[in-house]
Amino acid sequence: MEIPADLRYTPEDEWLRLEADGTATVGITDYAQGQLGDIVFVELPDLGRTIEAGQPFGVVESVKAVSDLFMPVSGEIVARNDALEQSSELVNQSPYADGWIARIRPSDPAQVEALMTADAYRAQLPADAE
Amino acid sequence: MAERLRILPLREAHRAAGARFAPFAGWDMPLQYAGIIEEHRAVRERAGVFDVSHMGRVELRGADVGARLRSITTANVASLEPGKSRYSLYCTEQGGIADDIIAYRLEADRWLIVHNADNAAADAERVRTVLGDAMTDIGLETVMLAVQGPEAAEALRATLGLDLESVPRHGCVELDWRGGRVFFGRTGYTGEDGGECVTDPATGRLLWDALLEAGVAPIGLGARDTLRLEAALPLHGHDISPATNPYEAGLGWAVGLKDGADFTGREALVALSERPQRRRLSCLRLLDRGVPRADYPVVDPSHSEAGAIAVLTSGAFSPSLEVGISMAYLPALLSDVGTHLAVDIRGRAIPAQVVARPFYQRRS
Repeated sequence: MEIPADLRYTPEDEWLRLEADGTATVGITDYAQGQLGDIVFVELPDLGRTIEAGQPFGVVESVKAVSDLFMPVSGEIVARNDALEQSSELVNQSPYADGWIARIRPSDPAQVEALMTADAYRAQLPADAE
Repeated sequence: MAERLRILPLREAHRAAGARFAPFAGWDMPLQYAGIIEEHRAVRERAGVFDVSHMGRVELRGADVGARLRSITTANVASLEPGKSRYSLYCTEQGGIADDIIAYRLEADRWLIVHNADNAAADAERVRTVLGDAMTDIGLETVMLAVQGPEAAEALRATLGLDLESVPRHGCVELDWRGGRVFFGRTGYTGEDGGECVTDPATGRLLWDALLEAGVAPIGLGARDTLRLEAALPLHGHDISPATNPYEAGLGWAVGLKDGADFTGREALVALSERPQRRRLSCLRLLDRGVPRADYPVVDPSHSEAGAIAVLTSGAFSPSLEVGISMAYLPALLSDVGTHLAVDIRGRAIPAQVVARPFYQRRS
């Protein structure tokens, strides 16, 4: 199970990467995609939508389960991964790169700093997580 | 209050094969191994083995079993020849479906009945009421492995030494294999050819290992559900239940009224058979992206103010068709193939169309 050291994490298994232009890319973790199994549908947020930290901004569905996506920080949606409409399996295959879900312009950068580090995220996963 | 889950006799074999477990009908069952979609495709394109030991199994012995069993089954099982099986229902006095079953007649005076896991205890009681000591519940002392797929015949030949062509469709045989006795019925729940084996746990473990060694993929309950739904095979407790009758479920063919035998629910079923059904279990295919799931509402887009016209009884992403597929009891007037409807998925009306049953049919 991969937990990249340069990302930030939430207890709901989302990751966030701060980009050079001040926006932040968001997706679900390797652990989350493994728990869900084959992902067959991703509901993406509308561009320009403003979302508060902790609010649902989309849905991922595997064969067995429906799971809400929660935005790690407040801000405005500036991009979304439209490739997932045709190829939702990218979330399974490449959760931290090609399987990214949306990009947000954070309204309060301090919220990014408050997110979990990779070590903190790993520590709160179940002991038998693979 | 959590009941302790029952553990499959072959649990260690499943663990070794990489199973992820989940509770189902009181059993801790393998949900998936390699992944539901990969397993689904393995069964459609090659062959897969399922441990379905959670299903109820009772053995019946006696010369008059057929006649006594006939008093609780909708199908005329009494006319079954040895070496054959028949799909049947148990109904309530009101004509509701208490369970769907398969009765195998192994010999003139020996039968095996397979029940759904959820109903196993109630079904065994139902059978005991009419058969008494002639019934032995063998559910916990045997295992049941289903082998399904276009290459199932090859796998059965390579392992059991069984020539599938020697067993007619819905037929059954028993064979001696590696010191054990193996029952084999040419039945299944995937829409593919193959069969189902019942044997003691030790022989079952040998068979499981031999099948995996022969290249047969282990398949969990997740893919079992998508496979049966593509084949439009109803699941009791979802698509059929005591609140649905055989005619609206499209299972009128499993109700035998012509032999004149009396059986539980007969009176109600005769009445039901004589009038048109107001609703029909129908196949709905999504025309846009989305995953339909059980209990989602079905709406008529031309009368959306009327609200839900039905709710889905089953729904899933179809790995073979790569679209959402589902079943629902649609009002008869809106159940013709080609009718355009919509499924309400989280407040969005996703267009759907009534299609012919089943969604998927194997090339034969």
